[in-house]
Amino acid sequence: MAAYIVRRLVWVIFLLFVVTLITFVVFTVLPAVDPALLRAGRQPTPQLIESIREALGLDEPAPIQFINYLGQILPFVGGDGVNFGYSYQSNTEVLPQILDRMPTTLFLTGGAVVLWLAIGIPIGMVSAVRTGSLLDRVLMGGALVAISAPVYFLGLVALYLFDDSIGRFPLLPGSGAYQQATSIFGKAEALIMPWCVLAAAFAAIYARFLRGNLIDTMQEDYIRTARAKGLSERRVTFRHGVRAAITPIVTLLGLDIGLLLGGAILTETVFNIQGIGRYAYDAIVRFDLPVVQGTVLFGAFFIVIMSLIVDILYAFVDPRVRY
Amino acid sequence: MPPLLEVEDLRVHFETEDGLVKAVDGISYTVDRGETLGIVGESGSGKSVSSLSVMGLTRARNAHISGSVRFEGRDLLGASEEDLRQVRGNDIAMIFQDPLSSLHPFYKVGKQIVEAIQAHRDVSKAQAYDRAVEMLGLVGIPEPRRRADSYPHEFSGGMRQRAMIAMALANDPKLLIADEPTTALDVTVQAQILDLIETLQSEFDTAVVVITHDLGVVAEMADEIAVMYAGRIVEHGKSDTVFNAPEHPYTWGLLSSIPRMDAPRGDALVPISGRPPSLINLPGGCSFHPRCPYVRDAHRRVDPMLETVEGAPDHRVACLLDSGTRRRLWSELQQGVAPDVARKDVIEEPLS
Repeated sequence: MAAYIVRRLVWVIFLLFVVTLITFVVFTVLPAVDPALLRAGRQPTPQLIESIREALGLDEPAPIQFINYLGQILPFVGGDGVNFGYSYQSNTEVLPQILDRMPTTLFLTGGAVVLWLAIGIPIGMVSAVRTGSLLDRVLMGGALVAISAPVYFLGLVALYLFDDSIGRFPLLPGSGAYQQATSIFGKAEALIMPWCVLAAAFAAIYARFLRGNLIDTMQEDYIRTARAKGLSERRVTFRHGVRAAITPIVTLLGLDIGLLLGGAILTETVFNIQGIGRYAYDAIVRFDLPVVQGTVLFGAFFIVIMSLIVDILYAFVDPRVRY
Repeated sequence: MPPLLEVEDLRVHFETEDGLVKAVDGISYTVDRGETLGIVGESGSGKSVSSLSVMGLTRARNAHISGSVRFEGRDLLGASEEDLRQVRGNDIAMIFQDPLSSLHPFYKVGKQIVEAIQAHRDVSKAQAYDRAVEMLGLVGIPEPRRRADSYPHEFSGGMRQRAMIAMALANDPKLLIADEPTTALDVTVQAQILDLIETLQSEFDTAVVVITHDLGVVAEMADEIAVMYAGRIVEHGKSDTVFNAPEHPYTWGLLSSIPRMDAPRGDALVPISGRPPSLINLPGGCSFHPRCPYVRDAHRRVDPMLETVEGAPDHRVACLLDSGTRRRLWSELQQGVAPDVARKDVIEEPLS
């Protein structure tokens, strides 16, 4: 197990390096605005631009720029310490900005995960047990709608209906409320709508996934054995069927959490929540390379780490898996 | 006292998109206490479905089940789900073909047996666990207490089937249904498992219904044999009778297609030609006629009934050939007259 984890961690480092390289290449090779121009303000003199280029290291050849960047994300390599560089836009260090936004993204993701599991799993089970019934069709029809509605559409509809300042039924705090809220309860209240919007598609995906899995599982030979033992149908379904059918959800859940911890870009943008996703969105719009690189690296980090955690967890939920 | 298990005119039909599948089409048999019945047939002959129906395990929405199944005089087909649950695993237990897929991969073997015991006995977990360990020892698993703490995938194939048998017999059932119990196992292990079932059967006085496509399996353990073809029983009799004086051409085919120790050296094994019929569009008349070497015109129209063989009250067969012809053909077959020759001879003979 230990050797396996070490091997996987080496892979993690390699993968993150590749991600960093690709992001860098994409932004350096793409014809785009000169970052120095962005920094220089209105009607800059050529001398000013030149001095900014020098200050940002943009006058160096691309490979040197990349090595300089690696120095900023790796300890003991560069001069200034680890700060992921400076935003072109605001000249602030990127790493503290990301860490500042981390709790917000964590709160948003955590709440949504609890919500979609609490909704998706029971729906999936009920639909599987009552396959083909009217209830199953209604639930799966609803799930299809939820999967098909993108967050930016669902989010705007939710704001239009329920936002407490502009909504038709002003019930819930809407866009920007999270930033203004001061207490944890206020923040939680402000997240009710984003949580629901973010969780909707995931709940639908999980419900459909579990339904399909459980229907297949109930055809297994060991389910027939459980019935032949004289167990009640309830026990057969939940102790034997669901136990096996729900296990692959661990994989799905780990990867989805990893994805969202890197920033729920659409949800954070629609509801104006200053998380990592919103930070990344603003950076992309303004061509702020250091911030884009920092947020991409963070997102990639969460995904590869979560997939490692999932693989390790799997050995505990499925006794057949050994490393 | 009524027989232990009494199946009468059992029909199990499944409605599918392609049409009505007559998986079991009117079969009757009885099993007495401590007795062993072998049900033999090719895949798709309805042998598994008929026994699953006895346990009430074919209650799919598209299944139409009729006839009657009585266990110690109690009707099982009309029984409520809860009544059936109490019978399953308690009065009637079942073991299956593939012990790996039949055991739950996520639960330890001991725990799975404990669950079977606690479904029917009001005992503590510790008592049930002791019983599970005892059963594992009884079926010949070494270090049963340690092995009870293992997962099914940590067992070998033969050990898994032993564990299945331990689980099935844990509640001391009166009837054990063994559905192809040795098919998925190594040949060397097959005989061990059959011996184990026989030993435990005499020890617990359990009746056994063993379902198989392998006549070798039933030869070893069955008192009576029912040969199934296309959802019906075509021949039924004492084991010795079916092996030594079979009356149905299909049974002849089955016997010619297995090696026999008492056959002269050099005799070729003869497979039955053709394939089992579709259970949706059964051939008219005798459903075996497309594959029967002795078919006559009338056999394509007349459906044979399972009738008692002349002079053998325990032996029943569903064949339109008359008894004298059948006996002559069987003795010719044993002398090595090929069915093709026999066929011409029979067709020329006027229908009696």
